[in-house]
Amino acid sequence: MTAYLLKRLIIAALTLVLASIVVFAVMEILPGDPARLMLGLNASADQVEVLRNQMGLNAPLIPRYLHWAGGLLSLDFGRSYTYSVPVIDLVRERIAVSLPLALIALALSTIIAIPVGVFSASRQGRAGDTLAMGAAQLGVAVPNFWFALILIYVFAVWLRLVPAGGFPGWSAGIWPALKSLILPAVALALPQAAILGRVARSALIEVLNEDYIRTARAKGLPYRAVLWRHALRNAMIPVLTILGLQFAFLLAGTIIIENVFYLPGLGRLIFQAITQRDLIVVESIVMLLVAAVILINLIVDFSYAIVDPRLRGRQ
Amino acid sequence: MRLWKTILAAAVLSLAAATSAFAARTDLTLGIVLEPPHLDPTAGAAAAIGEITYANVFEGLTRIDDNGQVQPGLAESWAVSDDGKVYTFKLRSGVKFHDGSAFSADDVKFSLDRARAKDSLNPQKPLFAHITDVTAVDPATVKITLDGPQGDFLYDMGQVAAVIVGKASADGNKDKPIGTGPFKLDHWAKGSEITLVKNPDYWGTPAALDKATFRIVPDAAAAVPALLSGDIQAFANMPAQDALAQVQSDPRFSVVIGSTEGETILSINNKKPPFDKLAVRQALASAIDRSAIIAAASNGLGKPIGSHFSPGDAGYVDLTGVYPHDIAKAKAYLKEAGLENGFSATIKLPPVPYARDGGQVIQSQLKDIGVNLQIIPVEWAEWLSQVFTNKDYDLTIVSHVEPNDIDIYSRPRYYFQYDNPKFNDVIKELGTTVDKDKRLELLGEAQKILAHDVPAVYLFELPKIGVWDAKLQGMWTNWPIEADDLTKVKWAD
Repeated sequence: MTAYLLKRLIIAALTLVLASIVVFAVMEILPGDPARLMLGLNASADQVEVLRNQMGLNAPLIPRYLHWAGGLLSLDFGRSYTYSVPVIDLVRERIAVSLPLALIALALSTIIAIPVGVFSASRQGRAGDTLAMGAAQLGVAVPNFWFALILIYVFAVWLRLVPAGGFPGWSAGIWPALKSLILPAVALALPQAAILGRVARSALIEVLNEDYIRTARAKGLPYRAVLWRHALRNAMIPVLTILGLQFAFLLAGTIIIENVFYLPGLGRLIFQAITQRDLIVVESIVMLLVAAVILINLIVDFSYAIVDPRLRGRQ
Repeated sequence: MRLWKTILAAAVLSLAAATSAFAARTDLTLGIVLEPPHLDPTAGAAAAIGEITYANVFEGLTRIDDNGQVQPGLAESWAVSDDGKVYTFKLRSGVKFHDGSAFSADDVKFSLDRARAKDSLNPQKPLFAHITDVTAVDPATVKITLDGPQGDFLYDMGQVAAVIVGKASADGNKDKPIGTGPFKLDHWAKGSEITLVKNPDYWGTPAALDKATFRIVPDAAAAVPALLSGDIQAFANMPAQDALAQVQSDPRFSVVIGSTEGETILSINNKKPPFDKLAVRQALASAIDRSAIIAAASNGLGKPIGSHFSPGDAGYVDLTGVYPHDIAKAKAYLKEAGLENGFSATIKLPPVPYARDGGQVIQSQLKDIGVNLQIIPVEWAEWLSQVFTNKDYDLTIVSHVEPNDIDIYSRPRYYFQYDNPKFNDVIKELGTTVDKDKRLELLGEAQKILAHDVPAVYLFELPKIGVWDAKLQGMWTNWPIEADDLTKVKWAD
């Protein structure tokens, strides 16, 4: 187990180093000058040069990379060119929106998907299954920004139960903050639930055809108990894999939903930083996300071991 | 029990009605599309900085009002020497910065010297290029010496980048703007909103609003529900697009279409063949049908222009008829240039609806005269480096939003690559002319040269689509400068 863990950690570290080189190189190739963007059309070339020097953009490539990567090692993520505040402060503010949003959406998606998956699998081929999977198909197909707008018109404009968008901050109180996350979480969760439900269903159907299920039924266990206790647990591995992927996506890939609900999340920060060529912000956040994805994968690996005891002793 | 509930409800309702009848609302939430990178108008060109801070947080020696006229600002009066070179400003007394420090002539000297310094990062540094000396005569008097008479000097001192900052607080203005205005920054939740509150120590007429929040709404589709739900009560310039009709038909909102200083033009690389030939540029101008472009690129709201000048400004000459839409004529021009079989070129389009939508219409219109345009969509950062800095382009569409900027055609190495000595002379004379009538005459002349010589094809003036709660008063109709001046904004009782 220790050797396994060590190996995983070394691979993770190498991935991080490689990712940092790729991210840095890509941002270098990207056309556009952050200094010119800041100063606009009427600034002279000399002024742009002064600002470039101030930003440290005129230093040679490799020292600049080493400086940045070295900073990352000591958890110093640098300062934003545009906002001129530490990147870590920006990230902290945005994580306070993105992380709770991702968690709520993930919880919603699981709560919807697992029962639907179980329901469909146990009624495979019957009307209920067809109906549920048809709904799931619809859930995957419907563009989420459109669904989000429908939610806004119904719950914010018509019923006025929740705000149409924006985030008041956690300092405004738990309930107002949560209220502004409900609609985006639902808009994010539904397509994810549809995918997850389909995965859960097919994994379950496969498991339900296994011999031990027949054995369990043969020894007199009720169908319900077999389904929930024996079959579902064994069908969890593909479900957990998808969940891990979805969590990584929900953390930073939600730019469209963040735009529609004008939430100050991580996705919008990255998007804004790219358009403003705030290179240091993009580079540092992408590295944080890479680290997060690696961490999530590690957690998923460990959770395999929890649901499947056979994996615990394995290398 | 039910009776009690009814009584209670009635009491609450009447109380609410009573309070709303006696005290008008004093808070306002405005929507803006782009978040400013920071809040220091003397250190960044982003229009959103001035939109939020101008006249609200920061003030200049003079100020521009909603008609584009120069009004006294921190200077209550001024005198100009006979040779037009020395301006003596009499400053207001009792003015304090938001950090409590007193405003004086030293701050004016500091601000202007900082803006024109060698290492200045002021985005409009050319505004200060003619200042040779700034002297604080006494705490309430400033003397500014110029290298020659400047026709626009008082206007320039009222521009966004010329606001007066405090000596002690200048370096922190990006994050904590300290100005002299009727509002001060309360907090900035990055990515979300910027909140201003009333400055109780303001020297002039206090603002009617106690609190103004600028909420960032990046998505046009989200703007309408935000208004309809009441979360946002005003968009100074709404990214409405097709949804405008929905708001227009709703009596709860005022829709006020105004003008901006944004000349939207088809910029031409004047040094790059075949665009270096006048006949080719004339062909482009004749092949283009402005009304179709305006319909597609600004919902039919933009005003057509025939030169680089805002129809709302003094001295405007209507030159939209110089090259009327005429395919046969356009083809004749091409023949004159020896290109009767047409040619191919590229058009680089920045990520704004007017450019992306307008570009497609222009592409199809130019096809009629055998000019094949390849559309290349670019981001702003790419546009700035490729088109603006490196001049690596044939055609592009962009809106030049700076006020009074007809002189850009005389700037050496500007991205138009246009060089016309006759035009340069007019602009040079304009710069040093103070007499009003003579100025208007010269402005007219400059407009005419551009209209006939076609260094760019002039399309339309960008509209300002103001949408706000019908009970809100005092919002600007036009944008002579991009500012959401809230000093006179209030709720009707």
